[in-house]
Amino acid sequence: MPNSDKPMHTLSVYVSNKPGALARIAQVFARRGFNIESLVVSPAVDGHFSRMTITCSGNPTGLDQIIKQMMKLVDVLHCIDHTFDKSVVKEMGLIKIAVDSEGRSEALQIAGHYGCKTVDLTPDSMILQVVGNPAKIDALEEMIAKFRIIELVRTGKVVMSRGQNIT
Amino acid sequence: MTNNTMEGGQAIIRCLENEGVEYIFGYSGGSVIPIFDALVTTETKIKFVLVRHEQGATHMADGYARATGKPAVVLITSGPGATNTLTGIMTAHMDSVPMIVLSGQSVSWMLGKDAFQEADIFGMTMPVVKHSYLVKETNDIPRIIRESFHIATTGRPGPVLIDVPKDVSAGECTADLHAEMDIPGYKTDYSVDNDTILEIAEALAKSKRPLILAGHGAMISGADDSLKALAEKAQIPVTNTLLGKGVFPETHPLSLGMLGMHGTAYANKAICECDLLLNIGSRFDDRILGKPDLFCKDATIIHIDIDNAEIGKMIQPQIICVADAKTAVDELIQHVPVLETVAWRKHLDGYKAKFPLKFKRQGSLKMQHIIDEFYKLSEGKACVATDVGQHQMWAAQFYKSDSRHNWLSSGGAGTMGFGLPACIGAAFGRPDDLHVCFVGDGGFQMTFFELATAALHKLPIKIVVLNNHYLGMVRQWQELFYEDRTSGVDLEGNPDFVKLAESFGIKGFNLRRPGDVKRVLQNALDYNDGPCLINCEVEKTDNVFPMIPAGAAIEDMLVEPPTRKLEKPTGST
Repeated sequence: MPNSDKPMHTLSVYVSNKPGALARIAQVFARRGFNIESLVVSPAVDGHFSRMTITCSGNPTGLDQIIKQMMKLVDVLHCIDHTFDKSVVKEMGLIKIAVDSEGRSEALQIAGHYGCKTVDLTPDSMILQVVGNPAKIDALEEMIAKFRIIELVRTGKVVMSRGQNIT
Repeated sequence: MTNNTMEGGQAIIRCLENEGVEYIFGYSGGSVIPIFDALVTTETKIKFVLVRHEQGATHMADGYARATGKPAVVLITSGPGATNTLTGIMTAHMDSVPMIVLSGQSVSWMLGKDAFQEADIFGMTMPVVKHSYLVKETNDIPRIIRESFHIATTGRPGPVLIDVPKDVSAGECTADLHAEMDIPGYKTDYSVDNDTILEIAEALAKSKRPLILAGHGAMISGADDSLKALAEKAQIPVTNTLLGKGVFPETHPLSLGMLGMHGTAYANKAICECDLLLNIGSRFDDRILGKPDLFCKDATIIHIDIDNAEIGKMIQPQIICVADAKTAVDELIQHVPVLETVAWRKHLDGYKAKFPLKFKRQGSLKMQHIIDEFYKLSEGKACVATDVGQHQMWAAQFYKSDSRHNWLSSGGAGTMGFGLPACIGAAFGRPDDLHVCFVGDGGFQMTFFELATAALHKLPIKIVVLNNHYLGMVRQWQELFYEDRTSGVDLEGNPDFVKLAESFGIKGFNLRRPGDVKRVLQNALDYNDGPCLINCEVEKTDNVFPMIPAGAAIEDMLVEPPTRKLEKPTGST
């Protein structure tokens, strides 16, 4: 879980899709005592480049230095802090819960409230797929915890700027 | 193989030729044989210098680059050959030195399988390079070499590592040797924002006690003449960092010399009393800040730096100018008025008279005496390399630098063992100039094996070993801050350095008495049959002053040996 003492930041990084790029970026954070909470990397429209969304915790003055150090990396085209803008932020979660016929209808009712899909169903378990902002997934996690959560996997945040703004 | 094709190793040598490379410093080994073979088969004009240890190669390349302003090339093998370069690469990275390190690597299909002499040098060097490559395709070689030189030499320079698996260097290259670069993330626009220049000029116009802080960035950008013109036009005093020595003549009436932990008292007092600090290309290193919160706290701080990541890293300036130093200074000269600084300069001249750098020429033999005498005999014209420690600080104090590229010293990294190989590299780059290295007995023994390289090439270098049989700087700290509990600093068991030199075929001199300094140094300067070494048996327990204890405010500078007990320093090392 995020460290509540230190604020969370959301950064988007646009990088050349080259070996070592991720390691270089990870080192910028590790060296300065920042913990990466989540990291999503995927190819951009132009396959020579990758998109990264990084969620991290640490003090804000240190973050300024981290962004500058990332911008210095030859592989990085740009790095934007989306922490305080109104970008679209989404995450997907898969939650496997222990539930049999007795609790199934209540579980499905909660799942329905959060717009979940049931992507796997066995006599004594089900996997719920939830998509939304991270707070929504947190809320579902809390509600569904009355059933035993066997496993929980979250993709980490992805972010995209609205309108003409670049991500 | 047809006429149009060549081996990867041959492509590497051809590309290095295209970049204007004169020398390669290196050491051979199994996985780099194809590139060494290409040195022969291409009949290249590039001269290869076989060193005695890979660290020596990196420091030679470093010294060559600092002394000539040109990028330097290192060629070494995989595994331990590559890891031996880490210290040298880190040294170059900390001091923004352009260097290309080509390392051989195991064959591609063995990577990650713990092959003989396989080391992940690409991964290991990542935090200490400006950029690096692991070459996957032979045809990528021309592009990668071109990009490497571009990256190493532009913006804030730095080392670039190219790791070349043996199958890649032995493979067939059919690519155009003048390949296009493909580095869209690398920005090289360092133009100056005119409004910022006007803002700086305006702040200067209002200042009564302005001070210029000139750093290595000003040196790298070739801003020396521009800086002199600016200081003279506006009548602004100038202090320089350790690596900024020579970017503004230290003998100039406006110069206050080096500031910082062991800088001049007057430079440090100027820092405390100025109302405006114009920093041109210094990164506000912790050796000059003292206590960062109190550094120039009532002054307007202006920071000109080509590296945006340096802005606000240590000190938050009021005016920011991310630009090439020379471009910015040239622009600023157009707009800056003549400032009324007579009173300020007189005030600082008072400090110069009151707190001069000094030492005693009588009694035991002092390092300062030797350095000062060498400075006079060489008329301040030598290209000076130093090692790290007390002698380095005294050399910085007493060997004034009046022109750039004549001061080679490991500043950021503080790498012992740097001095001798750096001096050798400089002598290769500038064979017609006088080269001296001031080294301590500690650092000298870390890389003295390169005496063989100096002897073999008959390089006209003067190796001044300032031998106090101690790791003097640490001993000084232990004396001042740890109630003189010396620990791990007594270098008992030093060899006879003159005999050592002679065993390499190098002329040796001994210097033991203050009365002999001039004569022995003159003999060494007159010696013209290759390198010579002067072993100077100096006072064992002398201390460097002035001194600002690490992490203390500049106001707390010790101009002379303290009479009271001192607290342990709070700053780093």
